[in-house]
Amino acid sequence: MTKEDCKKVVLDIISEIAPDEDLSNVRGDVRLRDQLDLDSMDFLDIVMELRKKYGINVPEADYMKLSTLDGCAEYLTPKLNTVKA
Amino acid sequence: MSAPAESPNVAASPARALKSHYDALVIGCGMSGLGAAIRLAMSGRSVLVVERHNAPGGLNGYYFKAGRKFDVGLHAMTNYAAPGKKGPLTKIFRQLRIPPEAFDLSPQLSSRISFPGEELRFANGIDLLESEVARAFPKKIDAFRDLVRLVEAHDALDISRPQATPARALVHERLGDPLLAEMILNPLFYYGSALQNDIDLDQFCILFRALYLEGFARPFEGVRRILRVLLDRYKALGGERLMKCGVRRLVADCGHVAAVELDDGRTLTAGSVLSTIGSDETLGLLGMDAPGKTLPRHGYAEHIACMKPLPSELGWKDTIVFFSNTARTDYRVPDGLVDPSSGVVCMPANYDFGTRRMEEGMLRVTVRANHRAWKALSKSEYAEAKKQVAEAMMASALGHLPGGAAALPKNALLFEDTFTPLTVEKFTGHISGSVYGSPVKVRDGRTPCDNLFLCGTDQGFLGIVGAILGGISIANLHVIGPGA
Ligand SMILES: Cc1cc2nc3c(=O)[nH]c(=O)nc-3n(C[C@H](O)[C@H](O)[C@H](O)COP(=O)(O)OP(=O)(O)OC[C@H]3O[C@@H](n4cnc5c(N)ncnc54)[C@H](O)[C@@H]3O)c2cc1C
Repeated sequence: MTKEDCKKVVLDIISEIAPDEDLSNVRGDVRLRDQLDLDSMDFLDIVMELRKKYGINVPEADYMKLSTLDGCAEYLTPKLNTVKA
Repeated sequence: MSAPAESPNVAASPARALKSHYDALVIGCGMSGLGAAIRLAMSGRSVLVVERHNAPGGLNGYYFKAGRKFDVGLHAMTNYAAPGKKGPLTKIFRQLRIPPEAFDLSPQLSSRISFPGEELRFANGIDLLESEVARAFPKKIDAFRDLVRLVEAHDALDISRPQATPARALVHERLGDPLLAEMILNPLFYYGSALQNDIDLDQFCILFRALYLEGFARPFEGVRRILRVLLDRYKALGGERLMKCGVRRLVADCGHVAAVELDDGRTLTAGSVLSTIGSDETLGLLGMDAPGKTLPRHGYAEHIACMKPLPSELGWKDTIVFFSNTARTDYRVPDGLVDPSSGVVCMPANYDFGTRRMEEGMLRVTVRANHRAWKALSKSEYAEAKKQVAEAMMASALGHLPGGAAALPKNALLFEDTFTPLTVEKFTGHISGSVYGSPVKVRDGRTPCDNLFLCGTDQGFLGIVGAILGGISIANLHVIGPGA
């Protein structure tokens, strides 16, 4: 899985959680919170879905790493590749 | 009242097969219990909801009487957000993954605050109220706008804050006009203050937003629609439900709920237990003394009158009328059976249902009632008292509708029914039949046990939207989330 695939995974999860958000122009380097109407409850859901769908556990200390789409790709791609393998 | 066909204490038959252990057990199948249970099931946990009554919904349940369907509590869903707008209701849809259309919400027409010599109309969104304040209290419009800004800036959903800052004096001071302050406060008292003659500041801000900045809506079918959507969602996630069998006892060991004992004697274990029945009621299940039990709690009597023609055909076009016959609302437990001098009238047919039209109209009049006074009556006195009180309630309420009682044609009323705090106590188990629970709220839901949490009414999240959101936030905070 590439970083781009990983971003798609995250965007797919967000589209499930927040079907009313327009995700067509999400920038990778800007905090998701600043571009989309997502709060801490929604972030909790991103983490929950990553665990349910891909078996990835994100400890609380690492939540910050998921604040941008680029950050998600950086942090999650190796994890996704390990679980998938 | 309003008695559902079966008594709530009938034992379940035949006994539903249960697992011996659940990741999470939720006590009460009302709005907060369902909100919590859906979240817990979504997180992949095994969940059991245990409900003593035969029907779901709790304080917002439903019943049949004389061939008619009635809602226990639904006047209005607060916090209405038009499609595309954000707010607590949108949060619920997102968190539970329910499409917003599922609740089939129709917005209100408009509502009114009716006081001696003055009235203020309001609709969904602040605009109408703002123009009404400018009309009736022109010198105070800036003060009113400042108050709106204060509410908007206040993060009332921060459940980490300690509680109870009384807000009545503050609102008076900010608005600088006693009548305006009382008129703004009255609907907020009636829609969710657990205090006597006051309202907590957080609660004031939550309700100001819920009623005035957002507004009212209703499913055409009433509360059944909401419950069906929530129950279907829960079931689809594999959640289990045990009805007509309550929790009799929580067995605690060193600050931990070790076992849950059901009314039918069965015992099971659960990783976490979420209780929606009230804080003192929950302490009662632990066999602990509940010092808050004796604090005064608001009870309500409600009179429901089914009618033909529809209220709008009589010129009664308000969705809800909040009324007071005195310039200051005495919002406390009354000395007598009820205090009909202020209260709420709801006309469920007066929503914008598009082409759909209700066959019958309905007036629902709600006033404060004294549980102890009702409890002291004998059976025959009780029936007689209900009749007399209903008359007084109708007389007071009709005085605030255009044309008054004279506008109501003879024989217009098809069926009438009254319920009291005793009815609410019987069907929900809330101490003193209270609707807004204990005056002492536990915002973060913590209890003496490390795996037992409160949600809903006594966590300070009231109303349908508040209770569902309360259930969601406690499940997130203590069971699903990172800190759990
Ligand atoms: C007359 C009236 C009018 C109202 N009008 C409105 C309105 O217009 N709009 C609005 O938004 N809200 C309204 N409400 C308020 C709203 O209904 C409540 O705030 C909300 O439903 C509370 O939900 P809850 O889940 O916290 O508690 P509850 O609904 O009380 O749920 C608790 C549940 O626990 C069950 N239970 C109790 N003890 C046990 C036990 N030992 N074991 C198992 N189960 C048990 C009870 O039977 C109940 O079902 C009204 C309420 C009433 C009574």
